[in-house]
Amino acid sequence: MANAKQNAAGPGSRPMARPLSPHLSIFRPYANMTMSILHRMTGAANYFGSVLLAAWLLAAATSDAWFNTVNGLLATPIGLIVLFGFSWSVMHHLLGGVRHFIWDTIHGFGKGSVKLLSWLSIILSLAITAAIWMIAVSYWGKLI
Amino acid sequence: MTALRTPLKMVRGLGSAKSGTDHFVLQRVTGAANMVLTAFLVYAALHLVGASRAEVKEFFSQPWAAILGILFALSASIHMRTGMQVIIEDYVHGGGKVLILLLLNTFFSLSVGAAIFLAVIKLFIGV
Repeated sequence: MANAKQNAAGPGSRPMARPLSPHLSIFRPYANMTMSILHRMTGAANYFGSVLLAAWLLAAATSDAWFNTVNGLLATPIGLIVLFGFSWSVMHHLLGGVRHFIWDTIHGFGKGSVKLLSWLSIILSLAITAAIWMIAVSYWGKLI
Repeated sequence: MTALRTPLKMVRGLGSAKSGTDHFVLQRVTGAANMVLTAFLVYAALHLVGASRAEVKEFFSQPWAAILGILFALSASIHMRTGMQVIIEDYVHGGGKVLILLLLNTFFSLSVGAAIFLAVIKLFIGV
C-alpha cells in the first residue's frame, strides 16, 4: 500500500499533476447526483446524530434528573428542529440504502429507473418523516 | 509537467491489498440489519413519546426490545465506522492526518455503540 502510494506520487513528495476529466461543475445537476451526495451527507449527519440517541438512552438509564434535562433540551424549538432533521436524515439514508441494494442486484440502471429511484428517495423520505411526526404530535397532543 | 500515466498503471502488478470486499459486504450486511432495527427504533420512539422514565424502563425490560436495542448498538456502530472510514479516505489525503482521523472514527463509533449498549442493558435490568 505504502509502496503503491509512493509510486503514484512520483519521486518527489508532491503528487504529479494529471489531466482531469470534466468534473461536477461541468454538468447540469441531475436528481441522482444530488441524491448521491445527500446519501453521504445524511450518513455523516446520522453518524453525529447517533449521539442524541445515546444521550437520551443513557439519561433514561441514569436518573430522573438527567432524563428531564435531556428531554427538556430536546423539547426546545432548536431541539425539535434538530430532531426533525435527524429523523429525515435517517429516513433519507435508509431509502438511499434501499436504492443501493436495488443497484447491487444490477437492476434499475436505466435512465428512467435511475431518475425514478432518485426522486422516490427524496419524496418518500419527506413523506415518511412527515407521517412519523404527525403520529408523534398526535400522541403528544393527548398527553398535554 | 503533466503526467499521462495513471496511478492505476503504476500500481498494476503490485498485487491486491487482499482486503476491501469484506468492507463492502460488512457495510451492506449492517445496512440491511439497520433497516429492520431503525423500524424498531421508530416504533419505540413513537411508543415512548412523552413517556416517563419508568415507562421507558418498562419498555426496555421486555427481552425483545432490549435484544433489538443491543443489536442496533452493534450494527449501527459498525455501519458508522465503515461508512465514515470511506468518507475520510475519500476527502483527506496525507498519511498522518488520515491515520488519526481513522483512529478517532473507530473510537467515536465504538463509544456511541458502547453507550447505547450499556444504556439498554441498564434499562433492561432496571437498576
